[in-house]
Amino acid sequence: MSMLIFEKSRRASNKMNIPPAEVEPVDVTKTIGEEYLRNGELPLPDVNEVEAVRHYTALSKRAYGVDDGFYPLGSCTMKYNPKIDEWAARLPGLAGLHPYQPLETVQGALQIMYETGQWLCEITGMDEFSLQPAAGAHGEMTGVMMIKAYHKKRGDEGRNTVLVPDSAHGTNPATANVVGYKVVEVKSDERGLVDLQDLESKLGPHIAGLMLTNPNTLGLFEENILEISRLVHESGGLLYYDGANLNAIMGMARPGDMGFDIVHVNLHKTFGTPHGGGGPGSGPVGVKQHLTELLPVPRVIPQGDQFILDYNYPDSIGKVKQFYGNFGVIVKAYTYIRALGGEGLKEASQQAVLNANYVKHHLSDEYYIPFDRLCKHEFVATAKHQMDSNKVSALDIAKSLLDYGYHPPTIYFPLIVREALMIEPPETESRERLDDFVAAMKEIAKAARENPELVKGAPHHTVVRRLDEVKAARTPVVRWEESQDA
Amino acid sequence: MKVPTDLLYTNEHEWLKVEGDRAILGITDFAQEHLGDIVFVELPELDAQVANGEAVAVVESVKAVASVYTPVSGKVMEINESLEDSPELLNQEPYEQFIAIIEMDDPSEVEELMTPEEYEQFCREQEQELG
Amino acid sequence: MRFTPNTDAVVQEMLESLGLQHIEELFEDIPDEVKMDRPLDLPPEMSEIELKSLLTALAARNVPAADHPCFLGAGAYDSYIPAALEQLLLRSEFYTSYTPYQPEISQGILQGIFEYQTMICQLTEMDVSNASLYDGATALAEACTLAAVHTRKKLVVVPETVHPEYKQVLETYALSGHFEPVFVPCPNGIMDLNAVSDLAKNQAAALVVQHPNFFGHLEPVGAAADLIHEAGGLLIMAVDPLSLAILKPPGAWGADIAVGEGQPLGNPLSFGGPYLGFMAVTRPLMRKIPGRIVGQTTDLEDRRGFVLTLQAREQHIRREKAGSNICSNQALNALAAAIYLTLMGPRGLKQIALRCHQLAVYAQKRLEEAGFPLLYNQPFFREFAVKTPDAGSINRRLQEQGIIGGLEIEGGMLLAFTEKRSRQDIDRLVAAFKGE
Repeated sequence: MSMLIFEKSRRASNKMNIPPAEVEPVDVTKTIGEEYLRNGELPLPDVNEVEAVRHYTALSKRAYGVDDGFYPLGSCTMKYNPKIDEWAARLPGLAGLHPYQPLETVQGALQIMYETGQWLCEITGMDEFSLQPAAGAHGEMTGVMMIKAYHKKRGDEGRNTVLVPDSAHGTNPATANVVGYKVVEVKSDERGLVDLQDLESKLGPHIAGLMLTNPNTLGLFEENILEISRLVHESGGLLYYDGANLNAIMGMARPGDMGFDIVHVNLHKTFGTPHGGGGPGSGPVGVKQHLTELLPVPRVIPQGDQFILDYNYPDSIGKVKQFYGNFGVIVKAYTYIRALGGEGLKEASQQAVLNANYVKHHLSDEYYIPFDRLCKHEFVATAKHQMDSNKVSALDIAKSLLDYGYHPPTIYFPLIVREALMIEPPETESRERLDDFVAAMKEIAKAARENPELVKGAPHHTVVRRLDEVKAARTPVVRWEESQDA
Repeated sequence: MKVPTDLLYTNEHEWLKVEGDRAILGITDFAQEHLGDIVFVELPELDAQVANGEAVAVVESVKAVASVYTPVSGKVMEINESLEDSPELLNQEPYEQFIAIIEMDDPSEVEELMTPEEYEQFCREQEQELG
Repeated sequence: MRFTPNTDAVVQEMLESLGLQHIEELFEDIPDEVKMDRPLDLPPEMSEIELKSLLTALAARNVPAADHPCFLGAGAYDSYIPAALEQLLLRSEFYTSYTPYQPEISQGILQGIFEYQTMICQLTEMDVSNASLYDGATALAEACTLAAVHTRKKLVVVPETVHPEYKQVLETYALSGHFEPVFVPCPNGIMDLNAVSDLAKNQAAALVVQHPNFFGHLEPVGAAADLIHEAGGLLIMAVDPLSLAILKPPGAWGADIAVGEGQPLGNPLSFGGPYLGFMAVTRPLMRKIPGRIVGQTTDLEDRRGFVLTLQAREQHIRREKAGSNICSNQALNALAAAIYLTLMGPRGLKQIALRCHQLAVYAQKRLEEAGFPLLYNQPFFREFAVKTPDAGSINRRLQEQGIIGGLEIEGGMLLAFTEKRSRQDIDRLVAAFKGE
């Protein structure tokens, strides 16, 4: 069993050599004052460097990254993280910059930010980008705040509701709520697309806007997008694009050309920056001309042959984060875009879509595919057959995949499909990988028929078996304590 | 799925037992089954004034969260504190474990509720929709 | 450079297995009016050799503060990053992995976060920490929202001794209507208790205390805590995690929520991000804290294991009822902080904190002797502002010598001292102030 670092703590003999300050020693009871000082020793773990390195090395071996294998997580775009991007972000001339340094000492950094913003405009068909938001959800919040500011500026105070499709990612309605909007769901029709009639019936003078992903979370392109855009705009609302699925359409279509007023992109999805075990990401937000005045400040703009940080936008919504954005992540996306170029980005999307359709086609005889037609970069399969025959669920199938050495697809999302398995095989996966994955899924389907108990008991070969999540939520233990039993 | 015949029901899967001007509120077997293992219950405050349709409690499971809405206005007279330490009781005995007891301002509000037969039909329709 | 692994021949085979001939057929579901009719207008693709040249040239146009004596602080600090930390973070299982929603193959990540959560609790003396938020400013905004929801009041009192960017972010987040920040002018460089008290009595949900504050000074936390608790509100403290090695932590002051910027714990300056927002709360607030949380449990064979828990609070379950929409966080930066704290240990961290303080005290004395007194005469930890009308030209003089001076603020210059500074650096700083 893996020991916690605190359980390895001993009073260590070799420590970080911090050179003593070559100045007079200080009596903190005088310079700071007793009442401000900490009582007692810091309870942090005390281990030597060798043990520390071994500890974290051991932890890394109980993790699974894209560098270990296939990660068909729908809506996450787990593509390969190019190492040249990692190298670039670690350059001392980029990693060692303080955000408040004089502007003439950071021109290279400002150029990277400016150009990235320009290219994101070109890729998405928007007019101006802010790179400030730290994640997709943060970008959504920024975008929806701009919707709010836009209507307020026009004196239209009655728009208190945002529409989201019933297939939307949880961050969409959460964002709307966080910005102070009510949320109403728009139904999907029997083809899995936004139900135009339902949309029309729900639009009105109280609707601030509609948040959409395109292709949607079922992996289907919203064919009626121009009509949707017309309906929303005619009713006075704005159209927001959740860029999570941008990997499906780069170089083929652009949200700006579909009528979207605001978009956010996820650099850690479409632009190959690593997920880091949950973050950091970056969620730049782009707008059309009529909204540019509202973008967060500062903006990076060219002035002569220099770049400056311009704060002079009185209608800006302000700042959504300290400093300028997750610059270290932006550098990686910059490098990625320069590596691939326009042709490379288009090819990435084309191959992603090919991969998804290929896997869908080969899985369809064993797994029920509710919308079995041309999909984009991801599709939804279900465990319907397996549930109906032997009560084997999407969860059981996912856990069985762990035994085959795969990270499972997204399960139980979108909410409108029962026992959903959302599968996204990014363009960096080879046909051999896909064939192997399909073979594993077919074996699991077979096991579900012939030996369901085996599937329901999975995983069998991982370092821990299924964990008691009910216990973790009923009696949460969220930190180690000295008195705790192991 | 159990649907006791001496209770009234809402379309948000709450049950109500009326005793004079007291209304005893809980969640149904359908609700607890669809929520899964319940891990936490946020009870209303004692003496709180609540309105018809207001969310008075929150029930959390590992995979979902649901608000409990009161179909009657009034004052919260009692709450079931054993749910704080043992939320799983709601899974085990949904009809024996109430969430709150409300002193009703307007007892005629219960006329809007469903009978056991109407609720059973409602549940059948919901099951079909979920596919 | 391309990372798509299939040859054209394989692509063709895959298409044919679908009954298709051309890859464009896969995009027939996109209406013609929407399809792009031209290629993307971007610079052409580059080979790795060319990319390295390009990025090296771009980096060379910058002066990295981390490689020079640097006295800039104000929320981002030139801290020493141990070599072992840099190497460990290169392990691809850490940085190329996803959020640990499948715990059986993510025990390493989950345990790392559980340990991080514990260390934040140990540093702050609070009960429960989350797995990270975006940065100190957004963590503070989330804390204000949490306080407003918990107390059912909206007013949040914020002394103007907080970082100006904290103020700006709070103003933006307040557009939601979930809380109302009110900013209190504090002309003496620390919180004006009377002004704060008057406002707090007005049904305040919380009082925010940044400690040390933007100017590096220690705030009257004890009085602030009493004041806000008497008014029925929560105490939110925004702290420098390094300072907690020697300063009394939020838990000991009776704070209800502790937030801050974790960048000084092993994360590079990186031109402002990615950084690390941390948040820790008292036990009663556990089920309301935003962000992911890792919890301990057991598996089918009774082994100890870790899972993401209390997920019913989060966006993917609560959806439109969620109090926060956070999904991706700063996980890798949090892991970096945990590794940093492990490598430093309790004695190392204390030594670093003391060194920073000692250097700051020395600098302040020498600057005062040179005719540059403190802007505000208050105790400080490792940062302070001195009076000078001339900060701009002092900084230019320093720049010529390859030194990055402090932040120019109204009436003076804000100077920060990290463990990387030396007596020599400070002597040269003082000389530049004197015009030498």
